[in-house]
Amino acid sequence: MGNPGKRPTTYEVLQSHGVDRRTFLQFCAAAAAAMGLDATVLPQVVQAMETKPRIPVLWLHGLECTCCSESFIRSSHPIAQDVILNMISLDYDDTLQAAAGVQAEECRTKIMKDYPGAFILAVEGNAPTKDGGVYCTIGGKTFLQILRETAAQAKAVVAWGSCASNGCVQAAHPNPTGAKPVHELISGKPVINVPGCPPIAEVMTGVLTYVLTFDRLPDLDNFGRPKMFYGQRIHDKCYRRAFFDAGQFVETWDDHGAKMGWCLYKMGCRGPSTYNSCSTFKWNNGVSFPIGSGHGCIGCSEAGFWDNGPFYNRLSGIPVPGIEFTPDQIGKVAAVAAGVGVAAHYASYLVRKGVEKVKAPAPAAKSPEAKD
Amino acid sequence: MAKQRVVVDPVTRIEGHLRVEAVLDEKNTIQDAISSGTMWRGLEVILQGRDPRDAWAFTERICGVCTTVHALASVRSVENALSIKVPPNAEVIRNIMFLTQYVQDHVIHFYHLHALDWVDIVSALKADPGATAELAQKVSPHWPLSTKGYFSDIAATVKKFVESGQLGIFANAYWGHPAYKLPPEANLMAVAHYLEALKWQKEIIKIQTIFGGKNPHPNYLVGGMACVLDMQSDNAINIERLNMIKDLIAGGINFVENVYVPDLLAVASFYKDWAAIGGGLGNYMAYGDVPQNGIGDPSKFRMPRGIILSKNLSEVLPVDPADPAQIQEQIAHSWYEYPAGKTSLHPWEGDTQPKYTGPTPPFEELDETKTYSWLKAPRWKGHAMEVGPLARMLVGYASGREDYKEVVNGALGALNVPATALFSTLGRTAARGLETKLCAHWLQEEYDKLVANLKAGITSTANTEKWEPASWPAECKGVGFTEAPRGALGHWIIIKDKKIDRYQIVVPSTWNASPRDGQGQVGAYESALIGTPMAIPKQPLEILRTIHSFDPCLACASHVIGPDGEELASVVVR
Repeated sequence: MGNPGKRPTTYEVLQSHGVDRRTFLQFCAAAAAAMGLDATVLPQVVQAMETKPRIPVLWLHGLECTCCSESFIRSSHPIAQDVILNMISLDYDDTLQAAAGVQAEECRTKIMKDYPGAFILAVEGNAPTKDGGVYCTIGGKTFLQILRETAAQAKAVVAWGSCASNGCVQAAHPNPTGAKPVHELISGKPVINVPGCPPIAEVMTGVLTYVLTFDRLPDLDNFGRPKMFYGQRIHDKCYRRAFFDAGQFVETWDDHGAKMGWCLYKMGCRGPSTYNSCSTFKWNNGVSFPIGSGHGCIGCSEAGFWDNGPFYNRLSGIPVPGIEFTPDQIGKVAAVAAGVGVAAHYASYLVRKGVEKVKAPAPAAKSPEAKD
Repeated sequence: MAKQRVVVDPVTRIEGHLRVEAVLDEKNTIQDAISSGTMWRGLEVILQGRDPRDAWAFTERICGVCTTVHALASVRSVENALSIKVPPNAEVIRNIMFLTQYVQDHVIHFYHLHALDWVDIVSALKADPGATAELAQKVSPHWPLSTKGYFSDIAATVKKFVESGQLGIFANAYWGHPAYKLPPEANLMAVAHYLEALKWQKEIIKIQTIFGGKNPHPNYLVGGMACVLDMQSDNAINIERLNMIKDLIAGGINFVENVYVPDLLAVASFYKDWAAIGGGLGNYMAYGDVPQNGIGDPSKFRMPRGIILSKNLSEVLPVDPADPAQIQEQIAHSWYEYPAGKTSLHPWEGDTQPKYTGPTPPFEELDETKTYSWLKAPRWKGHAMEVGPLARMLVGYASGREDYKEVVNGALGALNVPATALFSTLGRTAARGLETKLCAHWLQEEYDKLVANLKAGITSTANTEKWEPASWPAECKGVGFTEAPRGALGHWIIIKDKKIDRYQIVVPSTWNASPRDGQGQVGAYESALIGTPMAIPKQPLEILRTIHSFDPCLACASHVIGPDGEELASVVVR
């Protein structure tokens, strides 16, 4: 990554900030923990931080709400300050940078010129493609043009959040601006999709630190998502899962089941169809996650989740081909023998998995050039 | 010398995409200014035909910086339409989340979005750490991070960072500009607090996570809140959660009292000339919020409601968001069309279509005599209005509220400036800090109310009587309002056949960043920029100061409702 020898390594920068080796090792351990790595790979992390230069990052904003940036600065390990000052060189980010107007645009074009093929492009939001892209302009240019010209020079692209990964709210029906996710608009560059509205803070910093540490992209699934953070459904590791299996559901808001923390499936919870780390990492340094605070998951990291509503209709309301046990039936079965409920749920899981594969959009890496 | 036109696009350190163009006279004073919102997402079009109970989640995504406020306004609009009264605990929990948002968001604005307009990072290199420690101890005697050793470390960090040649977000800015007035020690102290605030903000916001499950974008619920209160359950808000909230509130009050407000007054004391710059319209509007007796009783709001016209603090006029004669939106200079032409419409009647008639990108300049923005021009009884912290503080002050008078008079006394200093860029920035101080203490009081309710055995958090659509009338309409950190926010909804028929949002930055209206009246940003002297026109520092003093939020500001039509009627809810 970057131009070794030209820019100082992370360790050199930390050293020059007066950080001693012990503190540096603690820093590496925290970075490793953020990525869910165990202690055995710590030497690799240390070695990477000692030898890799700080890589320039250009962070563009298109049609979005800035929740991804807000989430990013909530990261607890590493904290945003460490990322911005010590790990990357955040050379363009119109939400945080001091320069404006012409001077801000110069920051972007300078990095494109000085580091062709050697900077990371981070994209928050997506581009409107309808009517020549007039629904988002920066410096008089369309965001679509800026995105494409910047991506053409980048080494890799990180698509922050559901806007950049799969379209999100402005792409919900009828998608008035023709908003399209990044992987549908650029080609020839690796794209890491980091969906969620927003993504979990430590997932965001974890993706960046993984790339910096191992000098490679994380393993991605068919949707271009890092497997390490999007490999399992929220339902798989939900602490309320036992109540689903036992047929104990919240039936109405603030009822006895709600107070006891029973399963929110009947209140519309999308945990069973949503791939994300919310039920393991949780939010805001592990304080809670939506289900933990009594509201179902709305599935904010899944493509097209806005058009999978109403959110309070239970998932079984979505037509699914084949046999589907309803929670009511599971509940009845569970009343007789809890074990049968588990089996029924496993069957429905297999069915749903198959359905999702059919519904899946094109993988990020193979996406065609957009025709706008 | 001919007039020159300065273009600032992107305006950075804001939310969303804003373009400002200023026309300077031969002395480099701004004669005229235009404010253009350069993004549009069409959320109100997207909302049509959907379940009203889902609207909060869609509208919350209007903005991730003002996360929470659109969700709150949305659930209130639906509750207003369906005549749902939320339980007292839901009101208190919403108030706690609301006030948490203020304390966190105002601090982020001051340090991370606004401070670099006043603080010269490169000048901090020249600071003497010992003298900085003395300054910090004088400014804030109760804040522990104020030793010579601490500031030596910060100075070393800044020095090495600058010397690395990789300035990142601080690159290519206006360091050394003659408009920077702080001594090096004050700059170093501010840089230290920029970093401290960045660490602190992720703590206070955990209060929203406890009640709403995550932040940004916590969960809300029509009829109350989904989180439950049960002192005997480990799956509910219980004593462990209450203790966490209590600690976080104490930390918030500490930071605001001992870092934010002292820094604000210290910085302001070097920029008193800005108490005469950037005043603008002089018309202020606040819907009010933080209800103590239900949202239907504005007389009991902690943040009072009212209108001030022409800087006249001796009179506070009433405002009613539900009155069709009061709030209307114009589109004379906006990239929209109404079926009835370029007229004025109340949000319940709003019926517009996007129609881009600006220059074809890439373009160099906009034309203020034609259409030039994705923002509409909202007006109150025909007047352009400013909304936000200054409007709220002035309404509270002019209403004679003792708590408001105390903090405002305290700051005016500390800076030794008259009340007229409030009508300015500096007044706007100061008002935000003073409001945060009020909010931090109200946060504690709302927490105490929640505990008192629990002691009295009151645990309900949701009213589910009208949860099922079968209980709704065939057609109804409602208005939900709140005070977003950036100002008065309203959501207007019409529900027909259990679905959203129309949804219209008028947000703070639409008021403040408004383009000209049909009568040629400029908006708040445009007005505030006029008369501002610029030292170096190519370096728009003075423009950034005044625009940032409003805390722009452009993702919020641009939106439109679509017409009823076959396409929208065919929304398939799967």
